[in-house]
Amino acid sequence: MAVSADAAAPAAAADAEVEKARRATQRAPGEPRNVAWLYILPGLAFYLLFTLAPLAHTVELSLFDWDGLTPGRYIGFANYREAFSDPLVRESFRHSAELIVFYALIPVVLGLLLTALLTRHPVRGFTFYRTALFLPQMLAGVVVAQAWVWIYASDGPLNELLRTIGLGSLARPWLGDFSWALPAIGGIGTWVTYGLCMVLFIAGAQNIPTSLYDAARVDGAGPLREFFAVTLPGLKNEIVVAFVLTTINALRSFDLIYNTNQGGPGTTTYVPSLYMYQNAFVYNRVGYAAAIAVILAATIFALAFLVIYLTGRGEER
Amino acid sequence: MSAPRIERTITYAVLTMFAIGAIYPVISILFLALHTKSDLVTGFAWPTDPKLDSFRAAWDQGSFATGFKSSFIVAAVVTVVSAVLALGTGYAFGTMRFRGDRPLFALFLLGIIFPYEATVIPLYYDFKDVGLLNTYWSLILPQIGQSVAFGTFWMRAFFRSTPRGLVEAARIDGASSFGVLVRVLLPQARPALLTLCALVFTYTWNEFLLALVLVSGAPDKQTAPLGLSFFAGATRAGDPTKVAAAAVLVMLPIVIVYLVLQRHFVRGMLAGAIKG
Repeated sequence: MAVSADAAAPAAAADAEVEKARRATQRAPGEPRNVAWLYILPGLAFYLLFTLAPLAHTVELSLFDWDGLTPGRYIGFANYREAFSDPLVRESFRHSAELIVFYALIPVVLGLLLTALLTRHPVRGFTFYRTALFLPQMLAGVVVAQAWVWIYASDGPLNELLRTIGLGSLARPWLGDFSWALPAIGGIGTWVTYGLCMVLFIAGAQNIPTSLYDAARVDGAGPLREFFAVTLPGLKNEIVVAFVLTTINALRSFDLIYNTNQGGPGTTTYVPSLYMYQNAFVYNRVGYAAAIAVILAATIFALAFLVIYLTGRGEER
Repeated sequence: MSAPRIERTITYAVLTMFAIGAIYPVISILFLALHTKSDLVTGFAWPTDPKLDSFRAAWDQGSFATGFKSSFIVAAVVTVVSAVLALGTGYAFGTMRFRGDRPLFALFLLGIIFPYEATVIPLYYDFKDVGLLNTYWSLILPQIGQSVAFGTFWMRAFFRSTPRGLVEAARIDGASSFGVLVRVLLPQARPALLTLCALVFTYTWNEFLLALVLVSGAPDKQTAPLGLSFFAGATRAGDPTKVAAAAVLVMLPIVIVYLVLQRHFVRGMLAGAIKG
């Protein structure tokens, strides 16, 4: 319309209008739009410069023998060979695997149990429960560490509770105990993540059509069959998400370990991120630390992609 | 007839138990903080005579005035800049098609599961080389880089959920792409942006590893969590009530923001997770 109205105007102006109209139609959604780059470049620049470039640099450093001061020496994959045969690296990853049980497996099972209880009727006052259950997710690892150092202390609430109920013989300084320190750290992990799993599953279960439950009940299914036939399949996505998030949490437990036990007593709570930190900034074995960092990052990526791939969620994108 | 009622009672009892379990550690450290060393607290530490002395002492001795200032500066800058950048990237990925958009978006997704452990070593040495070690920049820049990754993912999901017709109508009216973003979409994006800001602010406030490595050498740049870590290491054996008070102080801003915006937090973390 605008073009025809301008037909009598000077040719240049008309051409401009035609060009504008042509561009306007070209801007339909789905058409290639190079202006997109204008909006992406600033964000991309930060991401490339301060996340991807340092990652590439970590990989590069991992191929060097470097103390952080004198010129480094290229040594190929020697750092990786050393890491794979270093008993403390192996022990650290074994501890991480144990922590995954506490951070991921136990909370997911707890969350599913609770959901199974709840799906038989709607939950009233869920907002309150949700607020409480989600709180641990919000707190800094340093703060969580201080709270639990007190709970686990010799004269702290946990031991007091044990003494009150007549189990005083079990009381001990939990974080200082060689066999209990790692499970105690794991217990903190369970506390941090179980609320997340519960909220995730309960919210997910409320999206399962009630007709499925009615059908199961008509078929005479008890609570157990109902759970395995309806609830569990209906929560597939949520379970995947919970596993990915909590597993990553378990592998990134640096804040908690550094502020509670720093790997001790002995080496009983060493985890890869702590060992990496010490090599890089205490022992000045920068290249070796970089190799451990790469192995840790690769493990996190691999686990995340494995779970996503196994469940075919990648296709959605 | 009464079987469902019993079942319901048990359900709520179990749910309440777990909810209390989630809150208890926070309550217990608050109780401890309401005492002073001379109370010789043990066990459940019920505050029969609550005192604020430990808070005052912790605030001064742990120099949390400095810690809070640093944390607020870093978290505020990271939040604002990341939100603006993510508004752009999310707008582009959410409403436009262009060559290479899919692989590029996948590249951004990588950043979401990224551990700082994988980048902190070169960040230390590179910032040292350019003289930015022990400055706010050394904390701000990497956290913007990472927050943009999550922000891109989050804002893209929002822009894809906006009605196509709205954007098309504005374009036919001759609005530029920037005009569409600012005048048409931005007013609707406010809840999504608020959620993003709340999450980024919280993550940045709570961050520990970067602060430990990149600003440990500058006491006046220490963030609140780093200050808490140092203070706890130096004070815990002598007076746990002060450490407890310091921990409560450090979590207080986040707990307040969380209670005010809790719907945003839960929605952000769950929706973000599910769509991811």
